[in-house]
Amino acid sequence: MHLNYSVKARDFTSAGSVSSAIKKVLKQLNIPPADIKRIIVALYEAEVNIVAHSYGGTIECELSHDRIELTISDEGPGISDLTMAMTEGYSTATEEVREMGFGAGMGLSNIKKNSDVLAIDTAADSPTIIHMTFNLKQGG
Amino acid sequence: MDSRSFFHHALTVDREKCRGCTHCMKKCPTQAIRIINGKAHVDPKRCIDCGVCMDVCPHKAIGIEQERFNQIFTYPRRVAIIPSLLIGQFEEEYSEEQIINALYDLGFTDVYYGEFGADILRVLGKSTSGYADETPVISSYCPAVIRLIQLSYPSLLPNVNLLRTPAQITALYVREKLEREGVDSEDIGIFYVSGCAAKVGQILTWKSKKNSLIQGGLNLDTLCNILLESVKKHSVNDKERRTYHPVPFITEQSFLWSLVGGESREMSHRTLAIDEIHNVTEFLELVEDDRHEEIDFLELRSCDTGCTGGILAPRNRFLATQRIRYQATKHPSSIPRELSDEILSFKDTLIREIKGERFPQHHALQLDTDPQRALVKLEKVNEIEKILPGIDCGLCGYPSCRTLSEEIAQGNASIRSCCVLKMKHPKQFSRLEKIWGDVIQKR
Repeated sequence: MHLNYSVKARDFTSAGSVSSAIKKVLKQLNIPPADIKRIIVALYEAEVNIVAHSYGGTIECELSHDRIELTISDEGPGISDLTMAMTEGYSTATEEVREMGFGAGMGLSNIKKNSDVLAIDTAADSPTIIHMTFNLKQGG
Repeated sequence: MDSRSFFHHALTVDREKCRGCTHCMKKCPTQAIRIINGKAHVDPKRCIDCGVCMDVCPHKAIGIEQERFNQIFTYPRRVAIIPSLLIGQFEEEYSEEQIINALYDLGFTDVYYGEFGADILRVLGKSTSGYADETPVISSYCPAVIRLIQLSYPSLLPNVNLLRTPAQITALYVREKLEREGVDSEDIGIFYVSGCAAKVGQILTWKSKKNSLIQGGLNLDTLCNILLESVKKHSVNDKERRTYHPVPFITEQSFLWSLVGGESREMSHRTLAIDEIHNVTEFLELVEDDRHEEIDFLELRSCDTGCTGGILAPRNRFLATQRIRYQATKHPSSIPRELSDEILSFKDTLIREIKGERFPQHHALQLDTDPQRALVKLEKVNEIEKILPGIDCGLCGYPSCRTLSEEIAQGNASIRSCCVLKMKHPKQFSRLEKIWGDVIQKR
């Protein structure tokens, strides 16, 4: 099953609404709670990233009984130094974003920690596409 | 544990009085109610006994199971464990002493405050948040909240504090004390007064098990009526009273324990107290997503204003809260030496029994236990939802178009239940039946 959502840039008050919608779906599928938790934590970070850092984007969710795939795409401006961005605590968030309580520099490292396969396609002045795969434990 | 013995639900629907009006169905926070053949039915798998349905029913068709008062006389030693909430139900003109003595007049041989258990814990030097695997630690005091977590937030079960509630600890203490005095264990009946449906259900669930700490429950509203009569009768000839019973010991802060913030005040570090079921649900979502900031302890109560908002508490909840606050100031702020020495003499037994059983998961939101079949059903749900009008009128007997879609996809309902579709497109049903034929069943 395929689910598709769009995420607006700078709309901090709605940040997390896609994660909540997908969480409801995952619960109905009887996916083990521990898996739901790591999927939602990673997804929430990615959703906030679109809001805080990009010009807007989309979240696509592909559901199958043993695997969840999430594709988070934005319209840029891209990440110029991905290695630095993956470092815990490193953040390029603006003062405004930090004042909203975001931008602690844990986003990408949290995503990496919680997903089974992570692929990030990005460059300066380009869109960023994050692809995460979660393999589900059997017999939830 | 199988699903039948899992919870005892205390809420009942009076089929004579129920008119199938959908008020309860629409307000139920867990979508547990369906209207079938014109009568409300509560799905035991989804009900958390919060009592919201009873509160909103305009026909007084929803009630709470009640044990007979006379059950107490099966035991030679009859212990009442009362919440401070009981005192809050009475106007200022009735003193705490009068109410306590009225309990003895009714036939109890011993009266203790349930929240005295918090004093016992303090003497034992137990941090009350120490019995959970994860933070934030979630209070296990409100049984409706625990049921909600078991049903909808199973990933948070490791956060639930396994420490027994103050009333249970009081019951442990009283039993030990009486047995030391030479009373036969089988002669002791401990009765707890509950102010809400969830607690009544909790007591009946405990009762169904062997060696229960508590032998029965009394509903607060009924007890208040009996007490009021008794207080009025005895106040006239108070001087003739042969034995005068003092108010049972409890500290000021324990007396306040069941009010909002009463439990969390005892905890160190960062705490938060949240009351009312929708507020609780909203916050559990945040905790589940790890977005709760740095909170160490969460006091969650299903009722508005905490236990004073319980469905069985007859008095206005704000006035009751006020009376409890005022009455608390009449209690001492510390525990006398003799009492704490006595509590410490039971230390070993109390500490051994201080932790309750783990709460099992009882997830009820899934469309199927098998994720693959659940996925197929979910796709059907989404397709059916597109056909339904989306106005959530409730005429089909389900709380929303979404829930009807879910029930159709699971083979429990028919698309013919939708009255709006029936009026709009009477002829299209045969076509819809062709599409959804495999899921259409006559109810």
